[in-house]
Amino acid sequence: MKPWRAAVIAAGILLVWEGVVLLTGAPPYILPGPLPVVRAISSHFPLLLHHLQTTMIEIILGLILGTLFGISSALAMTILPRLKAWMLPLLVISQAIPVFALAPVLVLWMGYGMASKVAMTVLIIFFPVCSSFYSGMQRIDPDLLELARIMGGTRGAIMRWIVIPSALPSFAAGVRVAAAVAPIGAIVGEWVGSSSGLGFYMLYTNGRMQIDLMFAALAVLSAASLILYFSIDFFLDKLVFWETTKEIPHALQT
Amino acid sequence: MASPAIVFENVSLDFDGRVLFRDLSFTIDRGSCTCLLGPSGCGKSTILKLVSGDPALIYTGTIRCEGEETASGRTAWMAQQDLLLPWLDVLANVLLGAKLRGEVNKELEDKGRDLLAHAGLGKVVHAWPATLSGGMRQRVALLRTLMENRSILLMDEPFSALDALTRIRLQNLSARLTKGATVLLVTHDPLEALRMADRILVLEGSPVRIAADINLAGMPPRDADDPEIAVNYPELLDLLMGGKAA
Repeated sequence: MKPWRAAVIAAGILLVWEGVVLLTGAPPYILPGPLPVVRAISSHFPLLLHHLQTTMIEIILGLILGTLFGISSALAMTILPRLKAWMLPLLVISQAIPVFALAPVLVLWMGYGMASKVAMTVLIIFFPVCSSFYSGMQRIDPDLLELARIMGGTRGAIMRWIVIPSALPSFAAGVRVAAAVAPIGAIVGEWVGSSSGLGFYMLYTNGRMQIDLMFAALAVLSAASLILYFSIDFFLDKLVFWETTKEIPHALQT
Repeated sequence: MASPAIVFENVSLDFDGRVLFRDLSFTIDRGSCTCLLGPSGCGKSTILKLVSGDPALIYTGTIRCEGEETASGRTAWMAQQDLLLPWLDVLANVLLGAKLRGEVNKELEDKGRDLLAHAGLGKVVHAWPATLSGGMRQRVALLRTLMENRSILLMDEPFSALDALTRIRLQNLSARLTKGATVLLVTHDPLEALRMADRILVLEGSPVRIAADINLAGMPPRDADDPEIAVNYPELLDLLMGGKAA
């Protein structure tokens, strides 16, 4: 994305926001305008930063653990087809349970601290990472495997040089989804029970009718999530350097 | 006297409920280029897979490579697609076999570099495959096949995706570099077979049988005005088109 385009989009959002406030005449305890929110951010910056730190640690730990967990499950299913026959149905069933419904249970079991939020994030991102990586490995060009077989490659080397790299574009797509939804896990976990983090702070300020501060927390969270997403996106582009993004074919454009 | 490079003895194979081969027998001599010529889908590629020892193909009969019942370590394979790995540079692609066997060393790297320079690819040793033209990519694939240093080269229509001029250049390079190896070249192009082969086996029918076994004089690659081509081309076309060419 070009910087000027990002600036135009941000300015557009702020303008629409201010416009809605002006047109509806919404009182500041329902919808504060951008300016009061900016003031709230600057006046409570250290406090917001403190809560942001908690939330970001939860998100990043959840992302790392969930991705590692997803990678190892996908690898295990690829190397051990017999394990796959048992694991695949379990994975699908696990996705049928709404993860949010598990949040109270997780907090009950793992406490008010970070562990329950990290677990929540891991649960949310495990499936997109695992399934995208696994299906990427399944869709490998059979001729490549034939070539490797005739060359007499070892199983480990074939995984390292052929199977895993060819699944990376699909894996990267899964991690992008994970990066986009990971904050949800941490925030929902904090809503259910915690004493720190932006999710906690939003509920806290909401309860005390400090709506400008609640929006300030929301704005900080959104900004941090965007920065996290685009950093991961940048890194993934470097990792999968051979996969150039394709433009939408002209035939599909009006 | 050395045993023949490849022996098929009464080989039968059913595939997807279809009889592909029934008691197919032939031998391939060492150190020469044999072309398997026939229409698409007649089972030419399957013969290459059988020679390479594909465990997915369950056949009856005997297949021997240089007197042994296993092909492992004796064959190298080149396909119609170059199968270059886009995440490895040109040199690493040429060294792929050694990489997969964990044998890469300085000596092999130098040999790979020499081969690339010899084939006019000295400037792109560290380029990504995506930056190369189709002809260059297929040249890299050819070098990767030669780098394997195997006595039997299985080539499955390796030039058919190229434009006419690039194809002729690559045929010449290939004929020059594979001299002395046993080459089994699958093609559906009679002209290619006449240019490249010491011997042509024409395949037809279902189950596949050998319709003609033609030995050609002279050294491949033959020029377009080579008498061997002029003499054999009409007859070969006739055979392939079921006698309806004239």
